[in-house]
Amino acid sequence: MTKETDEAVIRCDGVWKIFGGRADQALQAVQQQGLSKEETRDQYDCVVGVRDASFEVRRGEIFCIMGLSGSGKSTLIRHINRLIEPTAGAIYIEGRNINEMSQKDLRQLRAEKIGMVFQSMALMPHRTVLENVAFSQEVRGHSVKERNANAMRAIHSVELDGWESKYPDELSGGMQQRVGLARAIAADPSILLMDEPFSALDPLIRRQLQDTFMALSAEMKKTTLFITHDLDEAIRIGDRIAIMKDGVLVQIGTPEDIVTNPADDYVADFVAGISKLELVSAGKIMEPVASYEQRRGNADMTGWPEAHPEQSLDDLLNLSIATQHPIVVKIDGRPLGVVTKNALLRGIKGGADDTGAAA
Amino acid sequence: MENEETFNWLDPFSSVDLGIADSADGVKQWAISNRDVIQPIKQVFNELVVAIDTSLNAVPPTLMLILLVLIAWQAAGSRTAIIVGVALTCLGLLSPDAWGLAMTTLAIVIAAVVVCFVIGLPLGILAAKNDTFEKMLRPVLDTMQTIPAFVYLVPVVMLVGIGNVSGVIVTIIFALPPLIRLTSLGIRGVNPSVVEAARAFGASPRQILFKVELPLATPTILAGVNQTIMLSLSMVVIASMISVKGLGNEVLRAMGRLDAGKAIVGGLGIVILAIVLDRISQGMGQSGRERGHRHWWQGGPVGLALRMTGPKNETTPPAAQATAKPET
Ligand SMILES: Nc1ncnc2c1ncn2[C@@H]1O[C@H](COP(=O)(O)OP(=O)(O)O)[C@@H](O)[C@H]1O
Ligand SMILES: [Mg+2]
Repeated sequence: MTKETDEAVIRCDGVWKIFGGRADQALQAVQQQGLSKEETRDQYDCVVGVRDASFEVRRGEIFCIMGLSGSGKSTLIRHINRLIEPTAGAIYIEGRNINEMSQKDLRQLRAEKIGMVFQSMALMPHRTVLENVAFSQEVRGHSVKERNANAMRAIHSVELDGWESKYPDELSGGMQQRVGLARAIAADPSILLMDEPFSALDPLIRRQLQDTFMALSAEMKKTTLFITHDLDEAIRIGDRIAIMKDGVLVQIGTPEDIVTNPADDYVADFVAGISKLELVSAGKIMEPVASYEQRRGNADMTGWPEAHPEQSLDDLLNLSIATQHPIVVKIDGRPLGVVTKNALLRGIKGGADDTGAAA
Repeated sequence: MENEETFNWLDPFSSVDLGIADSADGVKQWAISNRDVIQPIKQVFNELVVAIDTSLNAVPPTLMLILLVLIAWQAAGSRTAIIVGVALTCLGLLSPDAWGLAMTTLAIVIAAVVVCFVIGLPLGILAAKNDTFEKMLRPVLDTMQTIPAFVYLVPVVMLVGIGNVSGVIVTIIFALPPLIRLTSLGIRGVNPSVVEAARAFGASPRQILFKVELPLATPTILAGVNQTIMLSLSMVVIASMISVKGLGNEVLRAMGRLDAGKAIVGGLGIVILAIVLDRISQGMGQSGRERGHRHWWQGGPVGLALRMTGPKNETTPPAAQATAKPET
């Protein structure tokens, strides 16, 4: 086992999924002739769900996959616990290829290592909250006492104490999804798969659940694959984000990367409406001192406000309001770069490239 | 085929004889030569039916009436219990022997429905899981439901002779299809995302069937049981032609003698029995949600008895009190 696979808890390696009776033929044609989604549909009566997806999720990381509906997000996430078999490619969980696992091992993996939350919640209507939450331990044959204790702990951590003997249809949508979350974490799995968990909720409740989830996540340090169609949510929650379009992962990077360096027009369109204030740091938009001085001659930097390269545009804006001078970006008291008012405005607007980003 | 020379293109069918009727007759020969095997099996089943009959008839009518009313109360609530009580009293008042005949008919229906359930549930599950099997099964079920009973009456009698067992077999042929169909429908109708969730949490196909699909399909399956009971009852007159006793036999004999009074007693008896069985089985088919998520032992006479005798343990509050508060 190499060091990378040790580090990567989830690894997808060239995963393809084509739906339809002639999937194998269609796959060959797509790989060799590069047929588009529509051509594959017309010629082979097959739907391309996922197209050559490769990515890694590191231990403890929250990895968001963002894309419009129909872009193949649900299809991709269902490969991670092999609810769907790939047409080609391999999926590794902690270095083990799960497509080579026996059904028995696979069931154990699903019950003990991976928790899943669904957009439709998919709670069992004939079971109480407690019975729903304890389900994965029940199918593993754990004792009632043990599984109820674990389930009660999970119910407590999603703030649903007192509701454990109610049935799902007695709960509001937000509470139902809390149950979904509790069910996913009850067996203390190391991996969470979340398929648009909060999309069906109204904005206020969604925000609350995001907060609950992020608090839980910070505490539990679970490796999480999080699907969403909402870029704001992806940026709020994700350590890294992958943008998916028509089954292809078009860009993978940190929120800042994606917002400041969109890989293509499609991503650029997406991030156009996103506020850069919190995301972009001084380091990204500053002009190196040397190039500034070449342009403007030697500068006397006394009285200039000072910032750290990690500070956000929001902070720079506050510094900038109080003075006429540009801002100097320093590390350990050594000036590294300069952010002029114009550069700051361009950065906020999303044109960081014009000023020449620092290395 | 041998009269090839006289083949007439304008009337081809009169000159072709594939011998279907003859080969069907061969069944008779087979049955006669296998009598030794069939008879002991028949004997066992006959004794079972007779045992149900005698035990139902051994209970004094008043006790039986109270028992049935209690069952109705438990299964479907107090309103249904009152209907059942009134209906059964009317049944008893129809004629002095109406009650006994009704119990005999009930015994045949119970035997037929139990066998239907034992055969129908697994077949329905298979049909739900396997599209090919369902496709093959469908024409068979259609045939079973539409073919006139008289057609299979004769071969069944030839195979096993007249009596209760043939009566039960004939009834099963007619009453089984809806149970299979509705079992399959119920399982296919289970929300696929719930089944997917069960799979995602490590449930095996068997666990999915018993912990998710069957519980969620129960209301539909019980609707199938209800249909099967009703169809079984509608077969009692035909079954009486092969010497099955009970209310159906009254109707048959009355027809023979043009005795309108007796026919009405028999006919009304069957209708009342149908109403009673329908209400009770429909009550059982209500989903937990309709009943406000109470377990069956939390309501009806059992719930009452438990509440009166048992220690003061709190029961789940009714749904009305448990309505979800909106999230804050
Ligand atoms: N079982 C299936 N059979 C055929 N096509 C499917 C199936 N599941 C998904 N698809 C198709 O794959 C594409 C991706 O779907 P999905 O993964 O559900 O997208 P998303 O979750 O991003 O909205 C869609 O075009 C959808 O129609
Ligand atoms: Mg989806």
